[in-house]
Amino acid sequence: MFSLAALSLLTIAGCGSSKITLEDLEAAVAKLPQDNTPVFVADNENDAVTDMLDIEKPSLKFGFIKLTDCAPLVIAKEKGFFQDEGLNVEIEAQSNWKVLLDRVIDGQLDGAHMLAGQPIGATIGFGTKAHIITAYSLDYNGNGITVSNDIWTQMQENDESLKSPTPPHPISAKSLKPIVDSYKQEGKDFNMGMVFPVSTHNYEIRYWLAAAGIHPGFYNKDNITGMVDADVLLSVTPPPQMPSTLEAGTILGYCVGEPWNQQAVAKGIGVPVTTNYDIWKNNPEKVFGVSAEWNEKYPNTHVAVVKALIRAGKWLDETDADGKLTHREEAAKILSGKDYVGADEDLIKQSMTGTFVFQKTDVRPLPDFNVFFKHYASYPHYSDCIWFLTQMRRWGQITESKPAEWYEETAKEVYKPGIYRKAAAMLVAEGKVTTAEIPEGEYDGYRPATNEFIDGNTYDARDPIGYINSFVIGNKDSDEIR
Amino acid sequence: MNWRGTALRLCNVAGMPIFEPFVRLAAGEDPKEQFKGIAKFVLLPIVAIALFVGAWSLAAKTVVTESMQLPSPSATWQAGADLFAMHFAQRAEDRVKKDEMLSEAIVFMVQAKSLENQAIAASSSDKETLLANALIYKKKAVQAANYVPSSAPTFIDQIFTSLKTVFFGFAIATLIAVPLGVLCGMSPWFNAALTPAIQMFKPVSPLAWLPLASLVIIWAYSNSQPGETFFEKAFLISAVTVSLCSLWPTLVNTTLGVASVDKDYLNVARVLKLTWSQKLFKIILPASLPLMFAGLRISLGVGWMVLIAADMLAQNPGLGKFVWDEFQNGSSTTYARIAFSVLIIGLIGLVLDRIMICLRNMVSFGNPVAG
Repeated sequence: MFSLAALSLLTIAGCGSSKITLEDLEAAVAKLPQDNTPVFVADNENDAVTDMLDIEKPSLKFGFIKLTDCAPLVIAKEKGFFQDEGLNVEIEAQSNWKVLLDRVIDGQLDGAHMLAGQPIGATIGFGTKAHIITAYSLDYNGNGITVSNDIWTQMQENDESLKSPTPPHPISAKSLKPIVDSYKQEGKDFNMGMVFPVSTHNYEIRYWLAAAGIHPGFYNKDNITGMVDADVLLSVTPPPQMPSTLEAGTILGYCVGEPWNQQAVAKGIGVPVTTNYDIWKNNPEKVFGVSAEWNEKYPNTHVAVVKALIRAGKWLDETDADGKLTHREEAAKILSGKDYVGADEDLIKQSMTGTFVFQKTDVRPLPDFNVFFKHYASYPHYSDCIWFLTQMRRWGQITESKPAEWYEETAKEVYKPGIYRKAAAMLVAEGKVTTAEIPEGEYDGYRPATNEFIDGNTYDARDPIGYINSFVIGNKDSDEIR
Repeated sequence: MNWRGTALRLCNVAGMPIFEPFVRLAAGEDPKEQFKGIAKFVLLPIVAIALFVGAWSLAAKTVVTESMQLPSPSATWQAGADLFAMHFAQRAEDRVKKDEMLSEAIVFMVQAKSLENQAIAASSSDKETLLANALIYKKKAVQAANYVPSSAPTFIDQIFTSLKTVFFGFAIATLIAVPLGVLCGMSPWFNAALTPAIQMFKPVSPLAWLPLASLVIIWAYSNSQPGETFFEKAFLISAVTVSLCSLWPTLVNTTLGVASVDKDYLNVARVLKLTWSQKLFKIILPASLPLMFAGLRISLGVGWMVLIAADMLAQNPGLGKFVWDEFQNGSSTTYARIAFSVLIIGLIGLVLDRIMICLRNMVSFGNPVAG
């Protein structure tokens, strides 16, 4: 209907990068034939129209790693949620977590899909030092631990109950211990892969191994490989390379996000033994990280981005009356695009639609394998940040004893629920989110203490020191790490 | 006009001996001799390529691991066709979206106008709200009108990015290497001073230069905002890495070319009492051009090879990143797309080499070197 005016604008837009101004638009509208101009008489003409944020930087580039938990970013783009906020977002795959973090720090990326440990590690100065913050948690759960076929057969020999086509879960690392011991006896290295020194995966596989009495090795001031006193040598492998590294025999098992565990089953090269849902129910996983400097420069843009992400998370977790996830098949299809995760759609669908294939004979429903929004999963809880700090201390990445207040202060430096709240409040005003979907106003950011861990240990974020001291394997808080 | 002679020289200068027999045939030369030429330059390569494709098909059936399979020639061809189709589909989609957003902008403007018109008649309190709302619609309109499609670069976009990067890097390398090479060639002292450094840096791999190149570029850009700078950081990092690796052949060959200018020429220059710059531009440079271009040809080849590696490592946009992303995808079409990219990379390398041969032949004063 407005093609005439749009066409004249297109010619303006066509000539180079010159921006279309209000005057151009007014000129274009003036060209419209009068009788064709519709008159808008809305009954709510006196109500305030929802205002828009003054976006400081409309064109943004975000980085991600090829994993299904980048979904909120991809969905916010593909379903037009970013566009609704006036943002043109490009999403670019990065080759590994280190490159991704470096590019956020030096400004080549405006923000990125990050391991929750990355903003924390960067801010406290483990690895590259830079003040990175997060105002949006991308998801809960979503990882698995896979071992090679050969190791699985040996685990079955050590534990008869694993020989069933549907062995009882959760599978602990107890049946793995004799294998690790015999490798040690013969002087052979037992190598396993994780994705980054401060990744959830690193802490999860350590948690799983240590719960069964296998020592995953310490970090200290001089040795940042994390292999001091190790029974199992954990080394960094980028997620998409996990299956091929396992197939090549360089590692005997790994902890990684999806679809790289399901890939191992589909290709018949390994067996996922457990998911992180069994290691810790509803554990924090990825976050959306930006540099603190970026946030200061573009505060409104940040809020707009978080608004779009909240809508994307909500869209991903929408269920019908029977509790079935309604949008996940579409999400899997979008994610399988070659510029996103790029793996085959069927593979991505396996874990995204609420099931998990442990073996071809063992397909289990796991509706909470990927949680993006429910249980307030997208809110940046301080207690989640503190858990990562306790694990960094436990394994020696934090080398000196810190008081409990330090844990709280650090969490407040990295996690920024204020931005989340601002974005959520605007969405509530626009009617896109209900107040019940956001933690209530007086919520202090501490999830209740829980013992839903594979070792039954209790985590209370208000007592980080007590938690660190409660582990059999790992540094105690008073230990000085050289 | 002697079209035959011109055409033959063209074949020669362009480095395309493949067309020579056809030209001679058209000129009515001995057909038997020319068919021999056609057999050698056309039929034989076709047979060789056919054999290669056959061996490839066979290998595709054999090289199968549990998780991977070597793509067959037909699968590779299909993947390539898909990549091109995807590019055009993406472009069409972006255009449609842009049009939609422009129409939307017009709608917002019309809405704003109608609110303003209503405000004229409204009471003072309503007027304020109406005008405020009109302003919001105008803001929305401007934003919609300035919509920029932000789809990921397609395979064809990546080809152009790579070409741009390699030429930029190659240009920097040439600007450094040629003057240095001329100085080295003219002054044995200068040459002696630089030789150790040249010998040491010449064999360094791009993978080693890359982190240092990125460090320098990021440092140089540390005070500027993204978008305000003329080049993207990633682009410069790739280009500088290409330069660092590709300047050596040009440098060494230019030195050699300048140093081995015929002594007679230099004597003539002395007799004619030419000034230094006259000697340089009238004698030394023209005489050393063929060798210099031989160096440039190797440099461009090295640069193209290095660029793909640099893209892969540093995530800089380009064909290398495309291949790496596909490798990480691990979908059922991954390897076919990679195989297609390899063919395209090879083909572009071939064309670049041909261009340089042609340039070299043009400056070789009628006695082009074979190859």
